[in-house]
Amino acid sequence: MTLADDRAAAVWDAEEARRARSARIETVARWVIPVLVVCATLGLWQWYVIAYEVPHYLLPAPTRIWEQLVTDRLILADALWVTLKITIMALAVAVLGGVLLAILFNQSRFAELVFYPYAVILQVTPIVSIAPLIFIYVKEPTARVLICAWIVAFFPILSNTTLGLKSTDHNLRDLFAIYGASRWQRLIFLQLPSALPYFLGGLRIAGGLALIGAIVAEYVVGTGGAGSGLAFRILEASYRLNIPRMFAALALIAVVGVAIFALTSFVSWFALRKWHESAIRRET
Amino acid sequence: MTELAQRTIRPLGERPRLLEMQGVAKVFNGTVTALQGMNLALNEGDFLSLLGPSGCGKSTALRLIAGLMQPTAGRILWSGGQQKGDLGVVFQEPTLMPWATVAQNVHLPFRLRGQGFASVRSRVDEALDLVGLSNFHDAYPRELSGGMKMRVSIARALVTGPRLILMDEPFAALDEITRQKLNNDLLAMRGKIGCTVIFVTHSVFESVFLSDRIIVMAPRPGRVVEELQVDAPYPRRMEFRTSTTYAAHAQVVSRALAQAMGEPA
Repeated sequence: MTLADDRAAAVWDAEEARRARSARIETVARWVIPVLVVCATLGLWQWYVIAYEVPHYLLPAPTRIWEQLVTDRLILADALWVTLKITIMALAVAVLGGVLLAILFNQSRFAELVFYPYAVILQVTPIVSIAPLIFIYVKEPTARVLICAWIVAFFPILSNTTLGLKSTDHNLRDLFAIYGASRWQRLIFLQLPSALPYFLGGLRIAGGLALIGAIVAEYVVGTGGAGSGLAFRILEASYRLNIPRMFAALALIAVVGVAIFALTSFVSWFALRKWHESAIRRET
Repeated sequence: MTELAQRTIRPLGERPRLLEMQGVAKVFNGTVTALQGMNLALNEGDFLSLLGPSGCGKSTALRLIAGLMQPTAGRILWSGGQQKGDLGVVFQEPTLMPWATVAQNVHLPFRLRGQGFASVRSRVDEALDLVGLSNFHDAYPRELSGGMKMRVSIARALVTGPRLILMDEPFAALDEITRQKLNNDLLAMRGKIGCTVIFVTHSVFESVFLSDRIIVMAPRPGRVVEELQVDAPYPRRMEFRTSTTYAAHAQVVSRALAQAMGEPA
């Protein structure tokens, strides 16, 4: 090895080290910075409430909300379970219904012409205005809420999956035709895998919407007695001016929303990690 | 080579007929004549190039033979009738399923016939060996270079041992060096398994290097203007590219192409 080679190697090492260091910093920062931001916000909030002596029935301090969470843990846990159950069920039915409808639309142009207008009408009509009708027609309280949440959640899955089923590579379609593939073979081996990234994009949107649908439905139709989810607890607490409990329930809803987003994002990454651009980390 | 090697290539004049195009025409929207009265006799063992500029109907001819569209006039006759699995196809893009591994992609033609992977594993292995990708069974297409993807595509086309392989400008998107390598390897593969090929290209040099028959086509309307033979023996290796035979043929073909385009040679 000559001196020049040595120097080149040394330069390369420094460059490499710098790159490795910045990669390490990024890995840590990705978690640390959001956590710090949240902590700082909570700290500022706490300080403001104490410094300006804001009464807890206007704005409770984070510590006060935490205390309320602990005191009301049984009521809130029950409510959380009710809301969570509705959300998950609505999402499951939305996935099933959305995917099956998308396949039906894709396989039968006639079915698409017949049913698609209804899908669009359901989507563009605000759920708050449909909900009272559902309250009248459906007697079972859980079913009422579930239907509302489903209406809100299923459309992104339907429209994304429909788009995905249409977005197959034309050459691959030709190839399947040349090899004499049946329409079911084309659906299973070509269209469904092509639609997967689109479906998963729809799932991420639908996860958040299912929660929103469940909450809105509870506000509108679920207050008639049996519904006792988080939204019901918020309403009840607001009537009693129990502001800390409102915040506690609100915090739980936010946590559920974040958890659903994290979970659907993980599912999406896991399913696509081997082959889809969206899930592949490029080496620099 | 056990299962894929099944055909021997006979000399040009002694080959049995594989298919015939009789006065095949294709008109789009009732106005645009993509292909005008094409007659073609293809024999078993032919390496036939369709050569011409864009718009000359060479890809249309290929799609007609593939059965992807129906001719407006004329007919295409296979000797002994066309069976499922008679065709293998390579497009300009590798056209691989990105969610499937290399081996799964090559297995596709069998899968669509209802044959599971285990029952044809040796065929898939053999096809991948033939294109030089025996170590990449479990790789995903995105992990491969453009040339390697094209090799997978070729393996998929020949894995079932089809009577005819259609190639639609398969190497047009590759760099020159990769392209030459693939040209050499394609001829080596053909030497081993004796397949019949129709090869669409717009490169005079590619057509002369690869084929023993060249159909020169012209645009507006798309039609056949000349049929030539390249009577240089296979195997052709790198040296063929610098030989006088090669240069002479390239000149003849270039002149035919220039004439087809209506330019002074």
